[in-house]
Amino acid sequence: MDMFVLQMFNGLSISSILLLIALGLAVTFGLMNVINMAHGELIMIGAYATYVTQNLFMSYAPAAWFGAYFVVALPIAFIVAALIGWLLEVVLIRHLYGRPLDSLLATWGVGMMLQQLARTIFGAPNVGVSSPAWLNGGLAISDGIIFPYKRIFIIALVAVVLLCMYLYIYRTSSGRRMRAVMQNRSMAGCLGISTRRVDGMTFAIGSGIAGIAGCALTLIGPIGPSLGTYYIVDAFMVVVLGGVGKLVGTVCGALGIGMFNTLFETYTSASIGKVLVFVCIVAFLQWKPRGLVAMRTRSLD
Amino acid sequence: MKKRSVKLWSILLGAVIVMTGCVEGTAPPEASGSGGTGEPAASGEPIKVGILHSLSGTMAISEVSVKDAEMLAIEEINAAGGVLGKQIEPVIEDGASDWPTFAEKAGKLLQQDKVAAVFGGWTSASRKAMLPVFEQNKGLLFYPVQYEGLESSPNIFYTGATTNQQIVPSVTWLLENRGKTFYLLGSDYVFPKTANQVIKAQLAAEGGEVVGEEYTPLGHTDYSTIISKIKAAKPDIVYNTLNGDSNVAFFKQLKDAGISSDQMTTLSVSVAEEEIRGIGADVLKGHLASWNYYQTTDTPENATFVAKYKEKYGADRVTADPIEAGYVAVYLWKAAVEKAGSTDVEKVKAAAKGLEFDAPEGKVTVDGENQHIYKTVRIGEVQEDGQFKELWNSGAAVKPDPYLKTYEWGASLSAK
Repeated sequence: MDMFVLQMFNGLSISSILLLIALGLAVTFGLMNVINMAHGELIMIGAYATYVTQNLFMSYAPAAWFGAYFVVALPIAFIVAALIGWLLEVVLIRHLYGRPLDSLLATWGVGMMLQQLARTIFGAPNVGVSSPAWLNGGLAISDGIIFPYKRIFIIALVAVVLLCMYLYIYRTSSGRRMRAVMQNRSMAGCLGISTRRVDGMTFAIGSGIAGIAGCALTLIGPIGPSLGTYYIVDAFMVVVLGGVGKLVGTVCGALGIGMFNTLFETYTSASIGKVLVFVCIVAFLQWKPRGLVAMRTRSLD
Repeated sequence: MKKRSVKLWSILLGAVIVMTGCVEGTAPPEASGSGGTGEPAASGEPIKVGILHSLSGTMAISEVSVKDAEMLAIEEINAAGGVLGKQIEPVIEDGASDWPTFAEKAGKLLQQDKVAAVFGGWTSASRKAMLPVFEQNKGLLFYPVQYEGLESSPNIFYTGATTNQQIVPSVTWLLENRGKTFYLLGSDYVFPKTANQVIKAQLAAEGGEVVGEEYTPLGHTDYSTIISKIKAAKPDIVYNTLNGDSNVAFFKQLKDAGISSDQMTTLSVSVAEEEIRGIGADVLKGHLASWNYYQTTDTPENATFVAKYKEKYGADRVTADPIEAGYVAVYLWKAAVEKAGSTDVEKVKAAAKGLEFDAPEGKVTVDGENQHIYKTVRIGEVQEDGQFKELWNSGAAVKPDPYLKTYEWGASLSAK
């Protein structure tokens, strides 16, 4: 019983991490149709932004404030990653809309450059990020069941980010403009929307969310230049499985992969579990090539 | 209309497949070419040696510092007049945590640069990939990391521990001091799998029990399920053979799951001072490791070595077992070359037999039979400052026995 409850929670936790890394991609790939292979590196940038914030707090802020650094790091990671994403859009991706192959190769190249840059600045070995004290330990439900606070925090963080994205996309005028441009660019342009600005903005938001993901990942894993490469494949899997262009699809994709991964891993091993998940995804996409939740729009055809 | 989205999928799927293959090797080599000292040779042509480590990818966390130690040794030797009156010129190559790249770069160093010896490698997979290249080209490799044993190549000097100098004594110690049930956790490749075979044979012979065995891919970062399985199995000891930065994720998540070192012992064979820096000493406090050398090892040679290393690379840097083994390797090669009076591989090998050197870990001797070295075994506990406190040592340097011939239960392993 303990095992079952723990595994349910682990599944949920993995799903939330998958969702967090895939949300940014759901915007850049799902909405804009840009295969951004540098997405992993934007995650890495968020992680390093957290590391830098932590160091600044260590050197300049009173010791009692240290616990607060993580709360400050979240918006900083968002802004830094969003700025770099925006720069990437203006300098490179803007010229490659509608050419998926070219944007794939170009962003891959950018990803490698960013990795090398991180290696030059921070060194090849991993850097240590110590989690704030209030995230250490866990919520003890019973003797055998402990839910780590970090995992609970990440689940809550994902919920907040999702809510903000929903409110932004469906409840604000700039979100409405964004949807308009993604669904019918020329018509939106005719109606006086600056599609260029919306593109830049959208890409920046997607990148910023990747930054937040990077910030959250410092809680659970290693922080190194190649951090992003571990997660990029999973992120694409989630978006593809979920179906491009729908937030709901991304959520379902993340939940599905996270839960099944945990389930398979419990009864087999980590490697075989992952293989089984891949097999299931491939089989599912054979059956429903457009993913779990398909969007009815002309922009994808 | 549908065709285009299908095309998009296939592009993406292709990209994903390529990326999966490249997770460990996307970065281009960063330090190709000569890293020469810039000083004129004392007399004649400088002697070229190769340095081949992962400067990028998942293993960079561990290997960059070993490269630094080897460079330090070369610099010291050059400052003291070089070898045979000649300066040493290091040629640095990046193996990029990718085994085929290691083999390719080893070939390049031997055939194109014609180096006298190569110092390099970390994972057993990289060594296994380089081994045939060194044997075919009659080259000389100094391999500085503890490994799973059951190997002895005439073209490789092993300056790290083999199993009977690290794993076997640590298992015996754990059985005597910490408990009988073991959970084996390792990365999914040759070292952990072979090491666990050895451990299983030893436990069967000495009265221990294996209650679980798990392998995860290199670079794996989610250990929540495995930690649940460990909790369910309730072992006395988790014997950890994870490599690279998976250790960061594993120990962080272990602590968050509420398992501390006083409830369950973990003993790692691939977590040293350098890795502790990346994981965080607060997370690892109280956990154990088995090595031949710690930064805190108390010898006069070590005090000098640590001071020099910190002076060159910064006060926040630490030394560790493979770092020391890399440093010692360069000096052993130098001593062998001077004894042989030549850099010729066969002559150097002959001269190396029985060679002694006062290493930071204590006196080491090259075993003439299998080209491993005698090493003292030490079990250490991680302290708050990220350094080890030695709990136990073997007293004298242990004779290397890669095929475990001196153990009764070892017969079944060496036969394979």
